[in-house]
Amino acid sequence: MRDRTAQNNGHEIVRLEGARKIYQMGTEEVRALDGVNVTFERGEFWAIMGPSGSGKSTMMNVLGCLDRLTSGAYYLEGKDVSQLDDDSLSELRLRYLGFIFQSFNLIPQLSVQRNIELPLYYLGWDAARSAQRAKELAEEVGLGERLNHRPTELSGGQMQRVAIARALANDPQVIFADEPTGNLDSATGVQIMELLSKLNRLGKTIVMVTHEPDIAAYASSKLHMIDGNIDRIEKGSHAPNPDSPKHLAGHREPAAP
Amino acid sequence: MRQTRIVRNISLGIENLLLHKLRSFLTMLGVVFGVGSVVAMLSVGEGASQHALSQIRKLGSDNIIVSSVKSSEEEQTSTTHSHMSIYGLTYADHRRIAESFANVRQTAPAKLMRKESRLGERSMELRVVGATPEWFHLVPRALVAGRVIVQADQDTRSPVAVLTEFGARKLLATEASVGQTLRIGGDEFAVIGIIQSESGQAGNIQIPDQEIDVYIPLEVARRYFGDIFTKRTSGSEEREKVELHQIIVQVDDPRHAEAVAAGIERMLGMFHKKKDYALSVPLALLKQAEATKRTFNIVLGSIAGISLLVGGIGIMNIMLASVTERTREIGIRRAIGAKRRQIIYQFLIETVVLSMIGGLIGLGIGVLIPMLITHFSDMPTVVTLNGVLLPLFISMSIGILFGLYPAMNAARVDPIVALRHE
Repeated sequence: MRDRTAQNNGHEIVRLEGARKIYQMGTEEVRALDGVNVTFERGEFWAIMGPSGSGKSTMMNVLGCLDRLTSGAYYLEGKDVSQLDDDSLSELRLRYLGFIFQSFNLIPQLSVQRNIELPLYYLGWDAARSAQRAKELAEEVGLGERLNHRPTELSGGQMQRVAIARALANDPQVIFADEPTGNLDSATGVQIMELLSKLNRLGKTIVMVTHEPDIAAYASSKLHMIDGNIDRIEKGSHAPNPDSPKHLAGHREPAAP
Repeated sequence: MRQTRIVRNISLGIENLLLHKLRSFLTMLGVVFGVGSVVAMLSVGEGASQHALSQIRKLGSDNIIVSSVKSSEEEQTSTTHSHMSIYGLTYADHRRIAESFANVRQTAPAKLMRKESRLGERSMELRVVGATPEWFHLVPRALVAGRVIVQADQDTRSPVAVLTEFGARKLLATEASVGQTLRIGGDEFAVIGIIQSESGQAGNIQIPDQEIDVYIPLEVARRYFGDIFTKRTSGSEEREKVELHQIIVQVDDPRHAEAVAAGIERMLGMFHKKKDYALSVPLALLKQAEATKRTFNIVLGSIAGISLLVGGIGIMNIMLASVTERTREIGIRRAIGAKRRQIIYQFLIETVVLSMIGGLIGLGIGVLIPMLITHFSDMPTVVTLNGVLLPLFISMSIGILFGLYPAMNAARVDPIVALRHE
């Protein structure tokens, strides 16, 4: 993490260089990522968009250290993590990353408190400190009263709040959100997005995958993908990404099927 | 710190098992019954064999018991008509045994007979033994009252009698009977003492004093009653001449017992035309009993091993199902940052906790059953420390052994796939 490269200007947190991910499906090669170059900076809120099969989920898995590149480099906080082994990637996820999923992915048998404590358990925190932290986080997402409930006793919006609290437990550098409102009605979805926006304003870097433009609108920058590569980048106040050839060619994103 | 972490891991494991109470309980049952039956069987087996061994030990591991046996052809001829059978050990045999073997420390010859006896108002047939003072050294029994036969009684041929508890009970003799006159056959004997007696059998051999009511000096027996005995059975009269019924031989060291026994057997073979004698070596019986016990333990161990194996397979089966069912949970844990070995650890702790709790419950049952057996049937049972620790150790090993494969299966789960798992 401390091994900064020359290209790192100090704000960069995530950078892909010539990132390729190739799946072998029988005899056919599927290029889920086909030489992606992209840089996210600290404090940004990115929406990765694109039709299904465009490679946005693969992109998310690679950035979230759940999957490894076939070739190319992935710098997380300036350190190339593309060659790390499984244990080291687990360690990175544990210490620096947080995840929010479309289907919440809470452990149904565990109480809200236990779910939030999960990363702390693997970080080796003791029970008392974990409980205190879980309580604070639950209050932060507005679920202070529900610590002893089971996830099944909660509404979808509440479950996603628990998931957000869990993602925050290790005070992550980057939060990855995979279609965080996909299973929620639009009113609840708005609440969740407002919560994420608030976290972003408080300084958290967020990378979100979505195919809903309304939801993507909460992000400060948007990255459109197509066929395993970047289609175009809409960067809030920054200049458009000059790396994207399709952007230069004025390529338009086709409607999602 | 490390310790609290282990405690926490275990308590989380228990918490997880409690989420599926019925399933955990059913999973555990195999180990409960496995360990329960092991502990119970071991303690019953141990009790039985310790009982047998202690009986054999009472005979003395440095003793050889030579007895007269009526051979089977003699048995047949004697019943057909009035005929005197002559068989058994002789005074000469005794002398030869006592003199020929360097390793023989002492010998106790004995003559057994049944005599009509009377003490005070009570009269009945008693089993009388003519014995030398050595008998009381070789078959030591506590005195209830008075004294036992000594060399002086033998030398002076005093008509004295020592009652065993059996005999005393039959004659309604008490400690006050010492000094009274006991009529045996037609002769008067002075009661000089009462000794305790042992009951019971050790395997297939009898304890030497099991069927004895009264002891008199061997010399006195020989002089008063001679060597010819008459038995009246259902009209016919049977006469037999037996000089000595039994010789107990004590060797100087238990290590020599078997060699001396072989020597005695060879020597008797030279002087006896028929095999009208039998040797028993308690030490050999002891060894045999110990070998039997080992075999018994191996058999029990195998049965127990199978039941524990079945229990273990039961656990493995359920844990494999549990891993499949909890694929998503594993994926979530992995995504959050759990390492493979932490997943292995988690599942392993669950199986070990499960099998250990099963083992403890089984242990409780396994200790309770022998107690009930002893309480209701007088059968001796012994719960040894090994009989307790071994099954517990095994149940823990089973948890690890049969938990490892499911746990490794769990760790192989790919988080990306698992998170999509429904």
